Amino acid sequence: MANPEKCRYMESHEWICSDEDGATATIGISDHAQKEITDVVFVDLPAVGRTVTKGEAVAVVESVKAAFDIYAPISGEVVAVNGEVGENPALVNESPHGNGWLYRLKPADIKEADSLMDFAAYQEFLKSATH
Amino acid sequence: MIHLVDMTTETLKRTPLYNHQQDLGGRFVDFHGWELPIQFSSIIREHEAVRQSCGLFDVSHMGQIDIKGPDALKLLQKIQSNDASKVAVGRAMYAHILNEKGGVVDDIIFSRLGEERFFVVVNAATAEKDFAWMTSHAKGLNVQVTDRSREYAMLALQGPSAVKIITTISPSAAELKRFGALEERIYGQHVIITRTGYTGEDGFEIVMPVEISVRVWRTLSVNGHSQGLLPCGLGARDTLRLEAGYLLYGTDIDDQHTPFEAGYGWVVKLKKGDFIGKAALERQKTEGLRRKLYGIRLTEKGVPRAGADVRVDGAKAGELASATFSPTLKTGIGVGYLDRADLAPGAIVEVSARGRGLAGEIVQMPFYKLDRS
Repeated sequence: MANPEKCRYMESHEWICSDEDGATATIGISDHAQKEITDVVFVDLPAVGRTVTKGEAVAVVESVKAAFDIYAPISGEVVAVNGEVGENPALVNESPHGNGWLYRLKPADIKEADSLMDFAAYQEFLKSATH
Repeated sequence: MIHLVDMTTETLKRTPLYNHQQDLGGRFVDFHGWELPIQFSSIIREHEAVRQSCGLFDVSHMGQIDIKGPDALKLLQKIQSNDASKVAVGRAMYAHILNEKGGVVDDIIFSRLGEERFFVVVNAATAEKDFAWMTSHAKGLNVQVTDRSREYAMLALQGPSAVKIITTISPSAAELKRFGALEERIYGQHVIITRTGYTGEDGFEIVMPVEISVRVWRTLSVNGHSQGLLPCGLGARDTLRLEAGYLLYGTDIDDQHTPFEAGYGWVVKLKKGDFIGKAALERQKTEGLRRKLYGIRLTEKGVPRAGADVRVDGAKAGELASATFSPTLKTGIGVGYLDRADLAPGAIVEVSARGRGLAGEIVQMPFYKLDRS
């Protein structure tokens, strides 16, 4: 379970959290995002082994409401994807920081995450009207 | 993720249930000028509650029109496509109000409450238009047409457990047959209950003065709680009705499309006598249809969206009008007008989604019964 307070966030509501071993990082969408998009019915994840660039659209989360591109918070290589959300897309709503995680990256440079919002900054961002 | 914007403003209309629904955690959106809840918990949970136990919907935004007098039946026969003379007192009927071209002005359910008394429920977005239409066509007839929309609230109790739960406000309603209608006093006020609905499940629609609406909602909720009753919003209302093959006025039918094109020929009774739109429909019957509304189910993973192109035999044949991910079938479903009148269930189509073509097939509606053999 990724601790939301330790994650970094994109303005487009993805979170990224370093895994315990420090070698990889997990990405998902925030609790705010899952509430806004409502019931997730389909998740399209990237292939393991794919190289992604920071800001690239790498996955799709489809809800009853609309389809949403999921971006890469940092550059790296996809080392794992969450097979469970393929079978049970509702996990993204039920546990966006836990079992509803989307994919895992081996970062090219973990320092790229420093420019993302931390938990406090993300909360401030949510309070403003511009999201 | 895209940027998500809250669109509600302060100039929207609210139903008498608004405050109570805020307390229940409803998430509100602008629906044709009304501030209504799209969901309370989750669209899919609410949808499943209706299919498996019971859901309670506030549909007070809809309009209610009284038609009374010696020429009440005459007016109704003139303005709508079905045969109202077949509707006995205590029965209701689904029909289309048509224009001279056979296009649909609105789809309605009317109940006969007396020999010379009909009660018509109309869509929210078209209520004013319908009232003006009925009033203008009532000229020269001995009939009173009254718009009662502001006086009445309306709730829909839908699902297999609805018949048990309705007894907590009306034991007589539980005795109604499908499309039966009754009026009685509940909490000292005049209430009309019909065994009708927009979900494809058994259920009741309850019309009551606004003053008792919160009380009726609370009674049904509290008593339905042990049966698994959930408050439901517009999100589930849409997934349920689409699974049932019901039309959404303004999206699936409108004044540019006829009941025949929509696959609703059964609401047209050409033999009943003259009515507005009859001549145009007779012509269309003779000439044949150039386009038809088809049910489409995706045969691969993906979510179809309204407005998506539909291709048949390599050429664009139309677009999806309504579309969603079916919680019951766990696959994408949609309806759309295609400029082919000859497609049979099983015909292969391709639905555009996010730059790709998704495989699908024409299916007989209702969708949600497809897997029940």
